[in-house]
Amino acid sequence: MNLLATWLGKTVILALRIVGRRGNALPGRVVEKLFPGFLPRAMARLSEGVVVVTGTNGKTTTTKMISAVLSQQHRVLTNDTGSNFVRGVITATIAASGWNGALPYDVGVFELDEAWAVRFVRLVRPRRSVLLNVMRDQLDRFGEIDVTAQLLAAVATATSAHVVLNRDDERIARLAELTTAHPTWYGVSAELRPSFPNDEELYGGPIAISTKAADVELVTLSTEESPAVRLCIAGDERAVGLRAQGPHNAQNAAATAALALTFGLNADAIVTGLEAVEPAFGRGQSYEVNGRRVVLNLVKNPAGFRQSLRVLDTMPDPFGIVVAINDDYADGRDVSWLWDVQFEGLADRTTRLVTSGTRAADMAVRLQYDGSGVDRIEPDLDTAVTSLIAEAREGDTVVIFSTYTAMWALHALLERIEHVA
Amino acid sequence: MSELVLVHLYPREMNIYGDTGNVLVLRRRLEWRGLGVRIVPVNVGEPIPGDADIVLGGGGQDAAQDEIGLDFVSRKADLRARADDGVVFLTICGTYQLLGHEFVTQDGIVIPGTGVLDVTTRGQHERLVGNNYVDTDFGGRLVGYENHSGMTTLGSGARPVGRTEVGRGNNGKDRTEGAMRDNVFGLYLHGPVLAKSPLFADELLRRALHRRGLSTDLEPLDDSYAEQAAAVAVGRPR
Repeated sequence: MNLLATWLGKTVILALRIVGRRGNALPGRVVEKLFPGFLPRAMARLSEGVVVVTGTNGKTTTTKMISAVLSQQHRVLTNDTGSNFVRGVITATIAASGWNGALPYDVGVFELDEAWAVRFVRLVRPRRSVLLNVMRDQLDRFGEIDVTAQLLAAVATATSAHVVLNRDDERIARLAELTTAHPTWYGVSAELRPSFPNDEELYGGPIAISTKAADVELVTLSTEESPAVRLCIAGDERAVGLRAQGPHNAQNAAATAALALTFGLNADAIVTGLEAVEPAFGRGQSYEVNGRRVVLNLVKNPAGFRQSLRVLDTMPDPFGIVVAINDDYADGRDVSWLWDVQFEGLADRTTRLVTSGTRAADMAVRLQYDGSGVDRIEPDLDTAVTSLIAEAREGDTVVIFSTYTAMWALHALLERIEHVA
Repeated sequence: MSELVLVHLYPREMNIYGDTGNVLVLRRRLEWRGLGVRIVPVNVGEPIPGDADIVLGGGGQDAAQDEIGLDFVSRKADLRARADDGVVFLTICGTYQLLGHEFVTQDGIVIPGTGVLDVTTRGQHERLVGNNYVDTDFGGRLVGYENHSGMTTLGSGARPVGRTEVGRGNNGKDRTEGAMRDNVFGLYLHGPVLAKSPLFADELLRRALHRRGLSTDLEPLDDSYAEQAAAVAVGRPR
């Protein structure tokens, strides 16, 4: 049966390629419909089982980091296309299978958004799960935050061996009591805690320092002078040079290290793996365009946006900043979440502040009320970015904060104009 | 003291979909004109100061609303007296519902309200979601984002704030949006609504200033971004 399913799926992938389309969902959808048992049977063949990575923020980067670290010892199957629902996992599995139905992998590492993670664990019981955080996301899509926490509880309960939990997010820490899986904890040091507010703290609650010991702790962040972060991995403190910008990526590295411990990896292997990871799509990616540096940061929700803004603390003030806000389904149709991010002082950090995307004007209003007047509103993404790059001098940096669909457009633009002389 | 007192109800719990932004908008519009403003957060069990000029409340998580609901109802007499006295209220979604007589959940549980506004709300399964606007003859066009599953019906003692042309409004049936009486406003517009409704924001300030016997001449501000943002939102119904 799985051989037939693989053939069918691979045929759909091929057919899509012939007509020039890159489909993540369709092959998976076809197989899901016709062979509902395909995924559980395929996953049962992975000797190290499945790792589910979920939570509001950091899924894509953490999945990428975990895959890189584990790939030193295991053959890792992952859905690194950012297509974080069950069909995406099926498509990735089919693409990775041979025409003879063989699946030459040891472990599956899958990023799943909260709602899809629940559906996934009903089909496949993961051996390990990494539960990152619960933050207010685009609430018009998921409902409310306590509902999201319940989704993660279902994932924790379904996990058989190890749950990796964020000590600093109470909604996550509580999940340890619900599962028979062994908890491995990660967190940030007490000094760094105010920089990593959880949802309660973000909305005015006091910073609650956990008394739980963390198996992996983020001790210090990178600064302009010392670009490596410091991680304490099972009592062993190490400097780690991460390529992805921003404090949130350092926190994701801590989650990754904690997961790696459950595979028996030592600190040396973990550090080597982490240092090899390229930034994920739009998560602190940096491009060089005509001698100017352009840094892309994806923003999806208030907590993530706040974390992304802190990228600015780790670099000299940039020449220009573009904030690009679209309101398609994948971005969240409701843009009111921008009012849950504080932007005071943003204009002081830069020479030019430009808003872009379909809701460029909304963003400009938001900045206006935080006293950071914009230089211009340019809804067209290409124009907004290319004009700023043209105004910048050689060696200057332009930092872009962008929602999901705008990020796709910007990514395509930057790939096209990168390295132009 | 020519300083307006803005009361922010339950800032921690009732702040969903950016409603806290309404407080910021009013504060800045006073500050930019050199007028005094004091923000007083009021949490569960804390008294609303006697000199409150404007009371603001937003939407919240359902779970939080149990505790909030009880606290709110305990303020019934106080809130009604202030409303009768012309205090300005801007309440959105959850706090709008609590200003009504009652909220009947999907399971038929009756959560009593304060009866400040002559409205009642019933929970239903379907959520009404999307960009929405209403035109008013006192505060221009109100533009926001609706996202609620409570269906609100107005009694004879409340007037709708406006008629919705594209959105679902109070109940998805009678085309009304929001409810008002005296200076009390309840709306289903998040966004926050005042960000893209500057005329309405100034109207609230004028009503509060008038009640205090202060000048209601407000220096004009540059609202071109807000107007642009409102036009974009109006052009993008769900």
